[in-house]
Amino acid sequence: MSAPGSRFPGSDAALKGAVEMAHGAGGRATAELIRTLFHRYFDNEWLAQANDQAAFEVAAGRMVMTTDAHVISPLFFPGGDIGSLSVHGTINDVAMAGARPLYLSAAFVLEEGFPLADLERIVASMARASLNAGVPIVTGDTKVVEKGKGDGVFITTAAIGVVPPGVHISGDRASLGDAILVSGTLGDHGIAVLSKRENLTFETEILSDSAALHGLVAEMVAAVPAIHVLRDPTRGGLASTLNEIAQQSGVGMRLVEDAIPFKPDVLAACELLGLDPLYIANEGKLVAICAAPDAEPLLAAMRAHPLGRDAAIIGEVVADAHSFVQMRTKFGGSRVVDWLAGDPLPRIC
Amino acid sequence: MCLAIPVQVVSVDAAAETAIVALGPIKKEVSIALLDSVEPGEFVLVHVGFALHKVSAEEAGRTLDMIREAGEAAGLEDFAGEAAQ
Amino acid sequence: MKYVDEFRDRELALGLAAAIGREADTSRHYNIMEFCGGHTHAIFRYGVQELMPENVNFVHGPGCPVCVLPIGRVDNALELAEQHGVILCSYGDMLRVPASSRRSLLKAKAEGADVRMVYSVEDALNVARQNPGREVVFFAIGFETTTPPTAVAIRKAKAEGLSNFTVFCNHVLTPAAIHHILESPEIRDLGTVSIDAFLGPSHVSAIIGSQPYEFFAEEFQKPVVIAGFEPLDVMQATLMCIRQLNEGRHEVENQYVRVVTREGNVKAQALVADIFELRYSFEWRGLGLVPYSALRIKDAYSDFDAERRFNIVTKPSRDAKACECPSVLRGAKKPTDCKLFGTVCTPDNPIGSCMVSSEGACAAYWTYGRFRQGANKGELDGTVKQRPLSPRGEGQGEGGLATDATPKKAPSPQPSPQGERGKAGPVAGGDAA
Repeated sequence: MSAPGSRFPGSDAALKGAVEMAHGAGGRATAELIRTLFHRYFDNEWLAQANDQAAFEVAAGRMVMTTDAHVISPLFFPGGDIGSLSVHGTINDVAMAGARPLYLSAAFVLEEGFPLADLERIVASMARASLNAGVPIVTGDTKVVEKGKGDGVFITTAAIGVVPPGVHISGDRASLGDAILVSGTLGDHGIAVLSKRENLTFETEILSDSAALHGLVAEMVAAVPAIHVLRDPTRGGLASTLNEIAQQSGVGMRLVEDAIPFKPDVLAACELLGLDPLYIANEGKLVAICAAPDAEPLLAAMRAHPLGRDAAIIGEVVADAHSFVQMRTKFGGSRVVDWLAGDPLPRIC
Repeated sequence: MCLAIPVQVVSVDAAAETAIVALGPIKKEVSIALLDSVEPGEFVLVHVGFALHKVSAEEAGRTLDMIREAGEAAGLEDFAGEAAQ
Repeated sequence: MKYVDEFRDRELALGLAAAIGREADTSRHYNIMEFCGGHTHAIFRYGVQELMPENVNFVHGPGCPVCVLPIGRVDNALELAEQHGVILCSYGDMLRVPASSRRSLLKAKAEGADVRMVYSVEDALNVARQNPGREVVFFAIGFETTTPPTAVAIRKAKAEGLSNFTVFCNHVLTPAAIHHILESPEIRDLGTVSIDAFLGPSHVSAIIGSQPYEFFAEEFQKPVVIAGFEPLDVMQATLMCIRQLNEGRHEVENQYVRVVTREGNVKAQALVADIFELRYSFEWRGLGLVPYSALRIKDAYSDFDAERRFNIVTKPSRDAKACECPSVLRGAKKPTDCKLFGTVCTPDNPIGSCMVSSEGACAAYWTYGRFRQGANKGELDGTVKQRPLSPRGEGQGEGGLATDATPKKAPSPQPSPQGERGKAGPVAGGDAA
């Protein structure tokens, strides 16, 4: 295996030109693209075998498998890109079961005309993310669609992982009296992406929080094996995730607005646009629900990890026939935190 | 009805009739075509990307004082328990 | 955030609540109509009603330009996008408003119409500049706060000779609406809806000043207190209303002195007067035809008038049967009085615009207020029998009424903060990305 650093070229991307239909046809052009781009960056023993599949021994125990399709726009944003996002996101789906991610797959649908230099940036980013996470991309596929039929590049990733014995984490396990925790500040990713969109011109220092959380989860599970629920609040933000869990578990939740961590930039951006930060996506945070006595030890374990420095206990699980999530506001009143539907679009009114 | 937010003017481009404003740490460019004049440091109310009116620091202070006084006059003992639930 | 956080201070709120509690005369009721949807939103979001004594009630008014736009005008916008093939630029608020046959701009976009969300009319101008070969129409809505920006845009378009840019003008006027409410039978003759005082809109008043309200205070003998946007502003203005009522006064008072002056923004008013003129009458959802309540583009700027360029004819509208938006908008009914509220009509599947717009009373009730404890006045118990299934679930609440065909799995449109695709704005409905 070559030294990790060597596969990443200097600032001049090696590839020039654009994606052509031939790259997806399965012939020489395809093989060349795979060799100079995917195999080079993802570089591991499975890809080196150049088979259509990767073979490995499976550890005994419960396995999990997950997949995601990534169709984001813009492709590059402060703090990440579609490549790193896809690797982190799929690793996180495995991690939310308390499982250790083992292998990733990546399938690309490329649009004819997409600049190869941009593709290389994305692939390099994926490779870096995969390397840092210690989860190799062992198999993949590439297809090309005609110009106009894609959005540059779509990536589908899948991953498998193994669940440690004694760990049963599931969205329907939230119980009365449980504590609700988050691993850090919310809304960072969504605002970072918004800052890049054509219509918005504000400058902000916010970077996407896109990150692989399996290391943090491993520490958490070691400290509190009996965690009930883990979930990453991606699309729809914290509010949607908590509503999902409340519904799955048939419970209600009571949050304390003051306790929820936000960066000031994120709050300011939301004010400007009339957005509710509870609904903004996160790509490197998680929600954890555990029995009340386990809350402090779990919090300590989270804060001890770089990705959980700003972790906080934000509320508790209660009985509620309607599975409502309510919040005591900073102002002293109380409001419902509903599914994403009430306040979805930036508004002028 | 009209979501508008007070922001601070950071810099002004009089020729283009725009200004850079800041809300906390966030900056944005807005139109100042609806104002006669504005200086960096002043606060303005922004709605749909346009500054509508200046915000008077003096009046804001006065309003807060009046709010505070109304509360002090009423006394908090009766209400604290009830509202704290 | 300066001038924002201070006006959301909890301690000061408790102080004001105590003052209101002390000064409200227990032998009477105080029904205060907050005209402005932004106030409705603040009241619910911060739970201001909970801090009020039993006899102080907010009556939600029609100050939501999205809510009061009749279906016929939204149909016109759809027509522009679909039949005339324009690039239709719209504020986010309008995209999910149901038009005829339960269609909306968002659904039209999903079906191929070029509908783009903009944060500012400036964005629409840019679209026009960048697409010289296409017609670009800006769907202009809003009260007096939002009209001056449209005026600036039209002036710019004229100066630049931007011949592919037009405005579909639906700007409406606040004083006319207030007048109409006060003249409505429920209030004037029947006394079924009792409104004792008004909280005047914050930002409309920043433009028009406090002077235009003096007429109402005088003619209808009702106090009008112009209130700022934050919860402390609403509370202080409520206290000022209570004081006026206790003292038998009916004046225009200005709580929002840090922004609102008596004459308002004269420069903005002049610009608006240059570009727009009054329509003889305009249909408001829930209020019917209201004279001199809306604006159209003057002849001198007719080149930028989408209604003229595309020969738009507006048909009179019919609301969905059983939809109580008209009554809710007038304050004659509460959202929970509507049979459709919470059963068939939810933010996810809105029947009327009171539910779509985040300023609408129904949406505010739904989002923030369904489970208020304390001063509940019994309006929420029993009305919502069963929580409608989740957006990711299958089906709807009870009722057996026709639901729309949009797949419920479709993520609610957000401007893709999580990085979902969508160029200028939200995901096309039905795209489970």
